[in-house]
Amino acid sequence: MPVFYGTEVASPLMLGTAQYPSPAVLAEAFRRSGAGVATVSVRREAGGERAGQDFWRLIAGLGVRVLPNTAGCHSVREAITTARMARELFETDWIKLEVIGNTDTLQPDPFGLVEAARLLVAEGFKVFPYMTEDLVLADRLLQAGCEVLMPWGAPIGTGLGLLNPYGLRSLRAHFPDVPMVIDAGLGLPSQAAAAMEMGFDAVLLNTAVAKAGEPAAMAEGFAKALEAGRLARGAGPMPPRDMAAPSTPVMGKAFL
Amino acid sequence: MKITVNGETRETASKTLGALLLELGHGDARVATAVNEAFVPAAARDGLHLAAGDRVEIVTPRQGG
Repeated sequence: MPVFYGTEVASPLMLGTAQYPSPAVLAEAFRRSGAGVATVSVRREAGGERAGQDFWRLIAGLGVRVLPNTAGCHSVREAITTARMARELFETDWIKLEVIGNTDTLQPDPFGLVEAARLLVAEGFKVFPYMTEDLVLADRLLQAGCEVLMPWGAPIGTGLGLLNPYGLRSLRAHFPDVPMVIDAGLGLPSQAAAAMEMGFDAVLLNTAVAKAGEPAAMAEGFAKALEAGRLARGAGPMPPRDMAAPSTPVMGKAFL
Repeated sequence: MKITVNGETRETASKTLGALLLELGHGDARVATAVNEAFVPAAARDGLHLAAGDRVEIVTPRQGG
């Protein structure tokens, strides 16, 4: 199973906690997925409703590791303050670092991301940067002290899958020993299997499960796809070729 | 004095952030705080004196992806 910052997690599936039809559906999706990590966020508490406390009890009951995010942050300062609040709230130094640079695509701001990562690593955070598949950005984030990278498959919430397989393969090949998670954009289990076949260590998704007609069934589907992809990667896939090659021996064929 | 709490202007008699949290019913709740965009750890809340115009953020655990 994947190891992030020296900690082995129970599954290559990291699952978000937003947009489920109900807390019960969320809990069932986690149960059937076997996800080892739940992503969470910090938000304002609206006038005494105590929704945050109820949510905290729900998450604590899942028995998974939590990965707080800085979702919605558009500046380094905002992301750092959010990360500090999240560390205190969730009692973890893990942080999924989002510094958004474009509102329409939710594309990361690479410059702000590197700066925020550098500052947070200096404060002892274990940073999981939500990034594009850019090689140079990856290099800078590693220099900043990140030990895990989280390239997007596609923009958040789109379900478009792995939009740039070339870029993702290149990233995987350039940094073979860095744990990498495909974060965002997955819509189907087959896309998650493809990510694992490429050699990624895990995937992080939310909408594809939460917005499925049957979230728990979709969660289990993703879990099985990840296992299939992981097995295939480890088994050494055959090299593709352009020309056909008969799988049935030609020798001994009857003359008819 | 007038301060802003989670984006809403309100009047408070609380002199510290810790007192404000009690006033707002967050005394025993799992919350994190920031004042004027700077994180304030739980241990520093009672020592943080509020001033008119301060912008206070109080956040809790929530769903995220």
